[in-house]
Amino acid sequence: MSGDAFLELEEVCTYFPVTKGFIRRRKVGELRAVDGISLKIREGEILGLVGESGCGKTTLSRTIMQLQPATSGRVILDGKVLTSLTESEVGAERIHFQMIFQDPYASLNPRMTVYDTLAESISRKHRMKGSAMVDAVAELMRTVGLNAAQMKKYPHEFSGGQRQRIAIARALGPEPKLIIADEPVSALDVSIQSQILNLLNRLVQERGLTMIFISHDLSVVKYIADRIAVMYAGQLVELGDAVEVMEHPVHPYTQALISAIPVPDPHIERSRTRVVLEGDPPLSMTLTGGQPARKVQMTEVSPGHYAADGKRFLSERKFQR
Amino acid sequence: MGSLLEVNNLTTSFYTRNGCVRAVNDVSFNLRKGETLGIVGESGSGKSVTCYSLMGLIPQPPGKIEGGEALFDGVDLLRCGAKALRRIRGKRMSMIFQDPMTSLNPYLKVSTQIMEPLRIHEQLSKKEALSRGIEALESVGISEASKRIHCYPHEFSGGMRQRVMIAMALITHPELLIADEPTTALDVTVQAQILELIRARQRAEGSAVIIVTHDLGVVAGMCDRINVMYAGKIVETGTAEDVFDRPIHPYTVALQRSIPSLGIKGKPLYTIPGLPPDLSVPIAGDAFALREGLTNGGQWLETPPPMKALSATHWVRECDVVLPELEALNDVR
Repeated sequence: MSGDAFLELEEVCTYFPVTKGFIRRRKVGELRAVDGISLKIREGEILGLVGESGCGKTTLSRTIMQLQPATSGRVILDGKVLTSLTESEVGAERIHFQMIFQDPYASLNPRMTVYDTLAESISRKHRMKGSAMVDAVAELMRTVGLNAAQMKKYPHEFSGGQRQRIAIARALGPEPKLIIADEPVSALDVSIQSQILNLLNRLVQERGLTMIFISHDLSVVKYIADRIAVMYAGQLVELGDAVEVMEHPVHPYTQALISAIPVPDPHIERSRTRVVLEGDPPLSMTLTGGQPARKVQMTEVSPGHYAADGKRFLSERKFQR
Repeated sequence: MGSLLEVNNLTTSFYTRNGCVRAVNDVSFNLRKGETLGIVGESGSGKSVTCYSLMGLIPQPPGKIEGGEALFDGVDLLRCGAKALRRIRGKRMSMIFQDPMTSLNPYLKVSTQIMEPLRIHEQLSKKEALSRGIEALESVGISEASKRIHCYPHEFSGGMRQRVMIAMALITHPELLIADEPTTALDVTVQAQILELIRARQRAEGSAVIIVTHDLGVVAGMCDRINVMYAGKIVETGTAEDVFDRPIHPYTVALQRSIPSLGIKGKPLYTIPGLPPDLSVPIAGDAFALREGLTNGGQWLETPPPMKALSATHWVRECDVVLPELEALNDVR
């Protein structure tokens, strides 16, 4: 990897306790949602994080955001070790990293106008009042392609794509350095998807943002991301340049994910054979006293392209060709 | 082969506080036995309302089926009355909904829900219905079906719940299956499983399928024919090859060009300028020509554009919209 790491994850683990009993809760095990992930992200890079639901993508993003404390490991953002900060220090740091959520219907406060929502997010960094704030909100709305005349409207008066633009504007309010976008286009129509992807791409370029783009759709990730990290059962199984990973996937799980993408061409689609994964991903749950965490070693298969051994995966999941 | 379903001039409106919304406007198509039809379009283009109208699931009021007919094996579904419709729905035609989290009853065991159509339509005893239910769950790939059938919906994952929905929809061996965005709420890997399952079951049962989706990738591999809908009307219809290889209507072309997987890295994606029209305002001419940011020849602003035949299978609505070039698209609107 060239250049200095802007965000660095060192062996990050996030476990959830599994309890039993109603009155006397006993801890009987732990769910390893994120299990020893190490990753470096350069400044200005878009990292695509892919995997099935339940593989730990969202928990990882919540751990980076310090919304969920890491069980072990370190998260270092721009030289600051976030995992060792106190809660109030994290709060102060948090303006540097913002999040965009999947569902723009649920993530905006329905009782706040666009102005209220955006003014609140801007005021976290800049204290402003009156016409200065109105100007700042209008500027922010124009940046994301919204009509500034609509700032007194409520979220329900906007379409899904426009709401996602509001959510993006809110994330940009405190001028963050890092944005984590958790499935930002999965809930949108194809035609709106492309608009939002263009917007995110432009913002990253113009503002020098660093972005983690989480999705289960590899075709979207291939388009937008510089590098792709594939997650499976709480661990990274493949990491590399986006085009390289898409065109020469090494790990069988990545191959299955790519094979699952429907191709918008009837001729290709009818003649291709596809690897269909059966069932759901395993929960990496271990009971107390059970075996220790299975360490997955990633080996470099070509410069900058790392992949884990696929043996364990092949023994756990069934395929259908 | 004869038509299984023949829809002529279906028009469905909703009377809301903001006026009359013409959700489906003069839609006609037919479906042969064993055929797969895809309906694609943006949200609000009337694809789901078309299916709900056929199934008699439009709440009336505020909805109203203004006119047209839908002949299912000779019976007009729109006019046959609730009793006759109940004999067909759930037996000879059934539906899979988008969201398996909300379309199963959380208070009832899967067994109760899966046995219901058999008890009602085939008057089976509980025992017979249960064994048929277990068989149905096995056929959609649910392991330990005899145990799992007694579980509640929340005990299944999203993909499993959608399998349960499919098992339930197919348990009476319907001749027509309507799938309304069956995989939109699911992961790509689970989507591949579910589509494969629908395909396999269709081959085995010989049922006709209507798939409603906004994802062109899904219809490419599944469908024999495709209807593209815009603002409540069909703008293009043809075989999958017609629509994908020789798209004529600018809306179809724009939809295809905006697919992210066809985008070139580092270049902006193609987008369709503007927003779909507000259907509560009556549109006299071509709804697509009115879309902001598009230029048109002005021919279809007052009169509704007719459909013209390009071949025996491929029909396109007249349209004189010229799509802007990618470079001319301004991402910020």
